[in-house]
Amino acid sequence: MSGNRFYLCALLAAGSLVCLVSSEVHAQQTDTSAPVIVQPGAPGQPTRTLPASTTGQLPPSSPKDTEFMQGMIMHHAQAVEMTALINSRSENKELRLLGARISHSQAEEIKFMEHWLQARGQPTTMPMHQTGDTNMPGMNMPGMDMSKHETLMPGMLTKAQMDALRNAKGKEFDRLFLEGMIQHHSGALTMVKDLFDTAGAGQDAVLFNFATDVDSGQRAEIRIMQNMLGQHPQEEKR
Amino acid sequence: MNQLRTNFLLITVAIVFLFAASTFAQTPSPSPTPAQPQNPFAPQPAPPLPAGMTGSDANDPRAKLTPGVDNAGETSMGMKHITLLKKPDAFDLGTNDPNAEKVNKSLSTVLGIADPSKVPSAMKLVLAGLGFANSDMAFQGNHLFLGNFYGVNIYDISNPAKTSLLTSMICPGGQGDPSVYKNLMFMSVEMANGRVDCGTQGFPPPPAPPAGQPNQNQLPAASKDRFRGVRIFDISDIKAPKQVAAVQTCRGSHTHTLVVDPNDKNNVYIYVSGTSFVRQDEELPGCSGGTPDTNPNTALFRIDVIKVPLAAPQDAKIVSSPRVFMDPRSGALAGLTSAAVHGKGDPSPTDQCHDITVYSAIGLAAGACSGNGILLDIKDPANPKRIDAVNDPNYAYWHSASFSNDGKKVVFTDEWGGGLGARCRPNDPNVWGADAVFNLNNNKLSFAGYYKMPAAQGDSENCVAHNGSLIPVPGRDIEVQAWYQGGISVMDFTDAAHPVEIAYFDRGPIDPNLLVLGGDWSAYWYNGRIYASEIARGLDIFELTPTDHLTQNEIDAAKTVQVGEMNVQNQQKIEWPRNLTVAKAYIDQLERSQALSADRISALRTAIQKKDTGNLKKMAPALEKDAGTAKSEADANRMRALADVLKRPAL
Repeated sequence: MSGNRFYLCALLAAGSLVCLVSSEVHAQQTDTSAPVIVQPGAPGQPTRTLPASTTGQLPPSSPKDTEFMQGMIMHHAQAVEMTALINSRSENKELRLLGARISHSQAEEIKFMEHWLQARGQPTTMPMHQTGDTNMPGMNMPGMDMSKHETLMPGMLTKAQMDALRNAKGKEFDRLFLEGMIQHHSGALTMVKDLFDTAGAGQDAVLFNFATDVDSGQRAEIRIMQNMLGQHPQEEKR
Repeated sequence: MNQLRTNFLLITVAIVFLFAASTFAQTPSPSPTPAQPQNPFAPQPAPPLPAGMTGSDANDPRAKLTPGVDNAGETSMGMKHITLLKKPDAFDLGTNDPNAEKVNKSLSTVLGIADPSKVPSAMKLVLAGLGFANSDMAFQGNHLFLGNFYGVNIYDISNPAKTSLLTSMICPGGQGDPSVYKNLMFMSVEMANGRVDCGTQGFPPPPAPPAGQPNQNQLPAASKDRFRGVRIFDISDIKAPKQVAAVQTCRGSHTHTLVVDPNDKNNVYIYVSGTSFVRQDEELPGCSGGTPDTNPNTALFRIDVIKVPLAAPQDAKIVSSPRVFMDPRSGALAGLTSAAVHGKGDPSPTDQCHDITVYSAIGLAAGACSGNGILLDIKDPANPKRIDAVNDPNYAYWHSASFSNDGKKVVFTDEWGGGLGARCRPNDPNVWGADAVFNLNNNKLSFAGYYKMPAAQGDSENCVAHNGSLIPVPGRDIEVQAWYQGGISVMDFTDAAHPVEIAYFDRGPIDPNLLVLGGDWSAYWYNGRIYASEIARGLDIFELTPTDHLTQNEIDAAKTVQVGEMNVQNQQKIEWPRNLTVAKAYIDQLERSQALSADRISALRTAIQKKDTGNLKKMAPALEKDAGTAKSEADANRMRALADVLKRPAL
């Protein structure tokens, strides 16, 4: 394009004025061909042009985000601990399968949450649990008794509930496990709700995706467990 | 072929041995001094392959490409890389970002990297996560609209090799999937940082409480400034898109689908697929969640339909919220359930669609709806009605759908692991996280076959089936598809039961030791080129090159199809011109399948070369007759279509 214009310029005997106008137009075109950075306003409001030096900005992080991830690690660890009890206490195949699935998914999610925290330079445990005999390198230690902690995340089984589960066998264990895990999962839903009910929380895209997945995943599992629980009394009547 | 396989086997054995040896050599011997902290980000190896299943191919050249953000190894077959346009700085984490300090700190303390400025790119991508991820694409004339969790970038693709960025439109809220229709652009927003005014500041956390005081939430979480739903922009000035409407929805918009009613010139419709949690009633009145038995008004178990008056787009609003999962007999809203996924656990109820593809030319839509694939009658676009539903035990998450051009097949995708996980490892079953091709007859879907990008990928490469579009090669059903860090794969599903790969492109992992979200979100054919949105790296452009699987004539015939606008989820019927370029493609196909003798192929080609229309016309009836006894339906269709061109070719 510019080559043609120069050619045209050189051919024109009319002189420098025409050439000047031409090159001015050309200069303007070069400018408008540079990418623009714009930010629209609310509907009906004008769109602003931003400087070329604009760089991206992540939404603010909230202390609640960190607390949510740390709390959910502790919360998930108890689920892993509960599922570890199944094989020695129940012959229910369906329950064993469910337990294996919960154990696997919650363990994977614990790793995911640890990564999220570590990448942000945050501890994977809540500060209040980093003192005394609970100062452990990670909260996902298999067999670790989470119920010793005084503060429990929503839905977590109390020490008495965990003891009852540990001492149960067969159908009684199945019932306590399902009731306990429904309570446990419902607590996770409360935690997600609590996160998004906190001003300024849950804006990190990966955290948002994760919390959303926890919400829909645990909702589905609660439904499954409610169905399993509903079947037991019928089986026993026969 | 057998010889080749044996060679591969030998190479594999050698590689496995080398690997084992090097791993052994690198394994630190137990020592009393504390060893370097283990990399907590090291990706997990795949669990063992379930019995009776086949995994991905570890011998494929794509399995061992060198890693790197900007300099990863690349390999391809039948595709030529034209250019990569990196993400603009406005869509990348600035060095002055307050979070950058924390990344550097974790790099030095956790990974033991002394000078973080030297290795930060992959880690910075980890921190940004999806914040600046490229997502879906739409096309109009010479403009490509590349969605991003942070806004939309608009490119000039009039000369694909010299593609340039025109406009960076900042407007965060994820996923940012775009659609375009005439002077309007639509955009999906679902995340908690989305603001009505497109602000990047999100919503501030409350100030820290005074020392010793309990932390109290001084601000309500609900905000009238928050936006989750579908934005509508006027793009008459491509360099200054103006927001004209923002239609709020209860679950936000994970994806959306543009629906054009062939009988209504004054309105278009948007189907909204929300997959996230239901927001609070305080923020958007009327929104509530929960199961249908406790809350018949639940915002779960439905899609939303927005009607957009073209003359007054500012008046766009939700006109219906169809209960597409309802059991027609009992009226129960939760009428559909998934299969028992991977043979484990129990079916769970389906309460969301992830993506819907409409094909208005046949009055149908295919919905990929978490636990099910569904078929909708959309002749009344505001009131779609479910007419069929399927599930599949190998499917973890029904993600997207596309029709074959004749409407007789539907390709669904399974986004097992949500796209964040490595799911193409040698031990990952090749029927999990795959495409499933269904036949569609009399409004009934029936399963035909699976297709998974065959090459094994590493532990640090997120990989699963994702978005693709048809490549308009006449006579064949071909789809180009994105597989995240598994790259791009072009598959032929003409034989629905046996889809095969015919071209590919792949890069090595972003990082060998960190699973950094990246790879191709969408790969679409548009007017002769393949465009791919790479989540972390930018916009890739390719062209197809001829191979045994696809001839230059077939590529040229695909290029004859030119459209003015393309939104992949609003599928348009492909019409080929009646010319000799298209005829040559059919002839190549009939030669490949040996449906015609070499003599007749040669005679056809000679007549075409001479543009001997008289002779070509004479060859048409024989082709039509042979179609009746062709070995396959595909060949019969090719013969009829070829005869049709030869009768009246446009020269």
